[in-house]
Parts: sequence; C-alpha cells; structure tokens
Amino acid sequence: MRDKRMTADEVVGGIKDGMTVGIGGWGSRRKPMALVKALLRTKTKDLTIVSYGGPDVGLLCAAGKVRKLVYGFVSLDTIAYDPWFKQARETGAIDVLELDEGMFQIGLKAAAHRLPFLPIRAGLGSDVLRYAPEIRTVHSPYDDGEELVAMPALKLDVALVHLNRADKHGNAQYLGPDPYFDDLFCLAADRRYVSCERIVEQFDGPPQTLLLNRMMVDGVVEAPGGAGFTSCVPDYPRDEQRQREYAAAAGDLEQWPDFYERFLG
Amino acid sequence: MSDVTRAEICVAACADLFAGAGETLASPMGLVPSLGARLARLTTEPDLLVSDGEAFLLTPESTVEGWLPYRKVFDVVAHGRRHVVMGANQVDRFGNQNISAIGDHARPTRQLLGFRGAPGNTINHRTSYWVPKHGTRVFVEKVDVVSGVGYDRAVGPFHDIHRVVTNLAVLDFATPDHAMRLVSVHPGVSVDEVQQQTSFPLVAGNVTETRLPTDEELELIRTRLDPDAKRDREVRS
Repeated sequence: MRDKRMTADEVVGGIKDGMTVGIGGWGSRRKPMALVKALLRTKTKDLTIVSYGGPDVGLLCAAGKVRKLVYGFVSLDTIAYDPWFKQARETGAIDVLELDEGMFQIGLKAAAHRLPFLPIRAGLGSDVLRYAPEIRTVHSPYDDGEELVAMPALKLDVALVHLNRADKHGNAQYLGPDPYFDDLFCLAADRRYVSCERIVEQFDGPPQTLLLNRMMVDGVVEAPGGAGFTSCVPDYPRDEQRQREYAAAAGDLEQWPDFYERFLG
Repeated sequence: MSDVTRAEICVAACADLFAGAGETLASPMGLVPSLGARLARLTTEPDLLVSDGEAFLLTPESTVEGWLPYRKVFDVVAHGRRHVVMGANQVDRFGNQNISAIGDHARPTRQLLGFRGAPGNTINHRTSYWVPKHGTRVFVEKVDVVSGVGYDRAVGPFHDIHRVVTNLAVLDFATPDHAMRLVSVHPGVSVDEVQQQTSFPLVAGNVTETRLPTDEELELIRTRLDPDAKRDREVRS
C-alpha cells in the first residue's frame, strides 16, 4: 500500500492561483490550521474558499488570499463574528456565495456524487437566491410539480481536513462527537489532504470512527496541535485564550503583525 | 413565590412555545430559549428531544440518549420534526428575519453571521424567534436581507412561523394576512411601550398579560436549570 505521508508545505505547494479549496471542520472546530498556516506562507492568491467558516476564513482573508468565499456562516462560536471576515465583507474585498447551511451540504453531496445538482427546499423564498441568481430552481417531474432549489455541485480542486488519527495510507479517524462534513469535502475534491494529531500503525476505538478511507485521501500530514486554537476533542478543547487574542489582534492593525508572526511561528 | 424576574417570565414563555410538541427536536438558540426548552421537558412536554448544542441528545439528568451531529440535524430539518428558536438581528411584520448582514448585501455596513440554517429552517418546520432586546432597530418595517422566510414570501407546504418572544412581550402571526400580532405583554409592560419599540403597527386586539411561571417552574429554573441566574444577564428586570 502507498505511503502518503507528506509535509504541510508539500500539500500547499500543489495549490495554484485561482483554485477552489474546501476546508473541513465547522466554525472554530477541528479546522486544519496547520495546513492553513502553510497556505498563508505561500504566494498563492485568488483562491475560492469553501468552508463552514471559522478563523480559517478570517486568516485567509487577512492575508489577501481569497477572491471568492462560499459559506453558510463565519463564526468563532464563542465569539460570534470573525473580525477579518467582517472587514473583508464590509470593504467589499471579496466576492461571496452565501448559502443556507443545508444547501452547502447538498452542494458538496452533489459534487461527491458527480451530479450537476441536487434538489432541496432550503433557499426558496429567502434572499439566498436573490444574491445568487446563478442558482436556479427545478420543478418536480412527478404529479406534485413542486418547485425546488437545484443546488449546483460545489466541486473542489482541493480539500483540506484535520482528524484525530490517520495511518500513512490515508485512512483517518475522528474521535470527537461530530464528524462534521470532512468526508463530503474529500469526496467533492480532486485532491484530498488530511492532517492529523498522530499517525498510527493501528487504530483504537470503534471502526465506525474511521471517517475517511485511503481512496478518499491523497496525502497525510502528521501535525500535532494541527487544529491550532480551534477545538480537536478529545485531544484538546478550543484554546479560548488564544482565540480571544486572535480576535482582539484582528480588530487592531497595530497588534496584528505581532500576533500574525507568532501565529505563523 | 415572590420577586419573579422578567427573565423568568421569558423562560416560561419560551417553554410555552413547545406546547403540544411531543417527540420533536427542540433547537433553542440563546440561553433563555434553552432554559425554556429544558423547562418544558421537565414539566408539560416530557417527550421533547433536547440537544446539548453539540452532537448529543441529553435527558434532563444529562445522560446521552441520542447522537445528533450537524449532518443529522440537517436530516431532521428536512424531515421536519423540529422546532427551532432562532435569534434575529432584524424581524419584520410578516416574520421575515435577518441574521446575514445589515445594509446592502454586496457590501454590508455590518456583516453578521450569514444565512446559517435560517432559509432551510423556515421552509421546513416550525420556527420561533427570541429577541432579548425588543426595539425599533430589531422590529423593522423591512429586513435588509431575508434569511428566515416570513409569511408574505412563504412557499411550500411546511412553512410555520410560530411566535416571537421578547423581553417585553409575546407575539404571533394569527391574523388574516399573517401580520404580526401582540399576544401578551409581560407584567409591568404596556401595549403602548411595545408598539413604541416596534417600527411597524402591531395588531393588538385582545392583548393579555403573559403568565407568571408557576411555583414548580420557578423552583426548577432557580435550583436546577440555572442556579447561577445567568438568565438575569440576558434579560434585565
């Protein structure tokens, strides 16, 4: 079996200007921050970022990496709003596709299933469709004839996710309570990279915690603490102190360079 | 029991949102609605399902009775057996809600959370709103960005905006054109005061006074659900 171990820098070396990058986790939970950090150190730009957004989005906006953002929300959970995301939006610095969370999921699922779209009710009547006129509706071909949103596939060039454990072949395990959507991100992407707290020879715990198998993964990065200050339970909870420092620095241009240097290490 | 606080009245009003819900997933956002859902579960609605806000369904004794990660929440949303109580940065007379952005969406003056699950929630199952500070900036003539869908834009078979509970009053949409109606004002609040804090005219025919929590409810709120009285920080008396 193939040994897929790589460095974070090797992973982001394959990310080119203009690519669409999906980032796993949810809000400020189990974000692949080691991979995001590596991406921040590159000169890559004009990315389309697809994320249930947390500080990954804020940091990439701060670094000017984002041309377009696809999201249902951006939040730090215990801090409602990410200051860099707010600033990017309020200065008109980025294009956006703002979706309902369920539309986001079904868009990834359509990509994962190699379908052009999947139908969903979410979005009807709301302003999602007003600000995203490219999203169309379809009518049920059956007797009910109901109008539904035809959520287009959210196809990704690259998926970046962080799990608790992985083996060198790309099988990977989550040990927290929620898989989030990391498997869908991988299935929706052409190239799939998982960072993990620890590379293991054998997995402990119930096999249904093995969220990713090796045909869903192209590269494995061992990155202890790789979710940064976001949570990666049970290995560690969110580092609320460091998150507060991030949010405070993000709201203060004088503090930011110092924080950012320390953050990138 | 004496000295009932406004927050405690709001908790009981939130508990009443779930009357008759049975085996339905209660998804309250914010402290007071969460206390309300758990209070309902302990009193009138023992069949209610309540999550820990993460991935587990918990019994009143905090033992895990179910697993509900986000992906399965979306299944419940589509399936419909859910009553969400969302916040609202803005809400209008037909129950349209905004948690996305203030101003022009293309370049907002104030970016908020985003659409979150509001479009899907409101089109799929019963939705209520909790507003801890009832004021004209929240209760607007027209929301800037429609996140949760109101009655004037409702489509599909499952749209059901139930009530709005605030620090001042309980409101619903039980009028011929589904315009917002004042159901009850909390003790010590006048109809005029609620109207003054609302940017559009409220239907206000038979307005009652919001009920006080029972002694049993107060005991549960104070000793079991919220012994540190965090509720009094979300709603000042």
